[in-house]
Amino acid sequence: MNGLKMIRFAILFILLIAVASFAEKSKMMSVQVKSSEVRGKPSFLAKIVARLSYGDRVEMLESRGAWIRVGLVTDDKEGWMHSAALTKKTIILRPGAEDVNFAASSDEIALAGKGFNKQVEGKFRARNPDIDFTWIDRMERVQVTHGQMQLFLEEGELFLQGGV
Amino acid sequence: MMASKKQRNRFPLIGIAAMLMVSWALSGCRSVEKISEVGAAVGVATGLLTGGQAESLRKSTVAVAKSFQDFTPEQEYYLGRSVGAMVLHQNNPYPEDALNRYINLIGQSLAMVSDLPETFGGYHFMVLDSEAINAFASPGGLIFVTKGLLRCTRNEDALAAVLAHEIGHVQTKHGLQTIKKSRITSALTTIGIEGAKSFGPADVALLAGTFGDSISDITKTLINSGYSREFEQQADSAAVKILERIGYDPNGLVEMLKEMEKRLKPGGLDFARTHPSPQSRIKDIEKITGPYRPVKRVVARQERFNRISESF
Repeated sequence: MNGLKMIRFAILFILLIAVASFAEKSKMMSVQVKSSEVRGKPSFLAKIVARLSYGDRVEMLESRGAWIRVGLVTDDKEGWMHSAALTKKTIILRPGAEDVNFAASSDEIALAGKGFNKQVEGKFRARNPDIDFTWIDRMERVQVTHGQMQLFLEEGELFLQGGV
Repeated sequence: MMASKKQRNRFPLIGIAAMLMVSWALSGCRSVEKISEVGAAVGVATGLLTGGQAESLRKSTVAVAKSFQDFTPEQEYYLGRSVGAMVLHQNNPYPEDALNRYINLIGQSLAMVSDLPETFGGYHFMVLDSEAINAFASPGGLIFVTKGLLRCTRNEDALAAVLAHEIGHVQTKHGLQTIKKSRITSALTTIGIEGAKSFGPADVALLAGTFGDSISDITKTLINSGYSREFEQQADSAAVKILERIGYDPNGLVEMLKEMEKRLKPGGLDFARTHPSPQSRIKDIEKITGPYRPVKRVVARQERFNRISESF
């Protein structure tokens, strides 16, 4: 009796270890923002190594504070990204039925363009024609280049943590 | 008799385990969830879990996915755009290019040293053409400040403090937390409707309804009722950290609040209604920064502030 019970526990234990080690080995991450940069050093003002888009996958190599050293999938380049731009979930860019079912019960994947999206915003705008998005679009287009920011910081005797 | 029955059970169990091993090797991350499904089944088969326990195990995985934190940054972005549009429905933008560039330079620099430096669409700042003392932070990083609030600042450190406080609301996702739980459940359930091949018109209509309700939850809080005192304290303490990390003097926040106190009209429809009193905020801030000391002047910083402040 006790022996059998032990075997059962042992099997469940092995399962748990296997799941844990699987999670440990899975070091792929996805870009969860519209666009982001991979940088030569862990700083927002460091040289840009590559530009990535929503859903792009990277391999996590090392983490230092909030910064993660990543390897690109497309070539052998590597560099640093802030963890805010990344998720451990796999982002499915064009989800199908199976993905939708699966995502409903999983926190391992995220579906791009599902839920509150451009289509839903469109419907909201159609229902509220007096709400104007012109200035929101204009606001989003205002760009501050890193060169401008660097000058602004230096002139004002300000600094970014982690150095430039 | 008992023992022999269990002996027979042992082999299928080992078989299941072996199959699972193979499936891990063959598939990607997505197998983990399926494993927990099968794991629950195994638990039931071995008698370690009852059917009910296994079911609640499965359900809890689903329940985890139904909190405000489970909105993807992309969804947060779309919520924020509409909340921003609502703010601009009630307030006119102040299209002074140099001023808007200036607050974007300060704001985006501050955002970089915040705990959430990257959002789906990034941080963007705009001045509102309003005498009222007010500021609004939309989820995802669209931030609005009125001319009236800018007039409470006497230096760049104080202006930066205003923006840092709003960034604090964004990084702690205070806006999303004002959405009623039932809507979050409804939205995330619609997304996960069994067998949904792609969203049909009915799903989009349902989601758009939930979306509209969520926007109104957030804007009601931002414009009418204000956040809880606890959220305001969190935003102030986030602001202090952000300011210190980049080299602004957090006493700028206190100076801004002192000036605001002089200018707030009791019973006004602005900060007076939506925020704790400046005095109580100063008290809380001084607990972190120590007693107030005047902001140390940096010449170039003050000169550019003086130039730009002519436009508000």
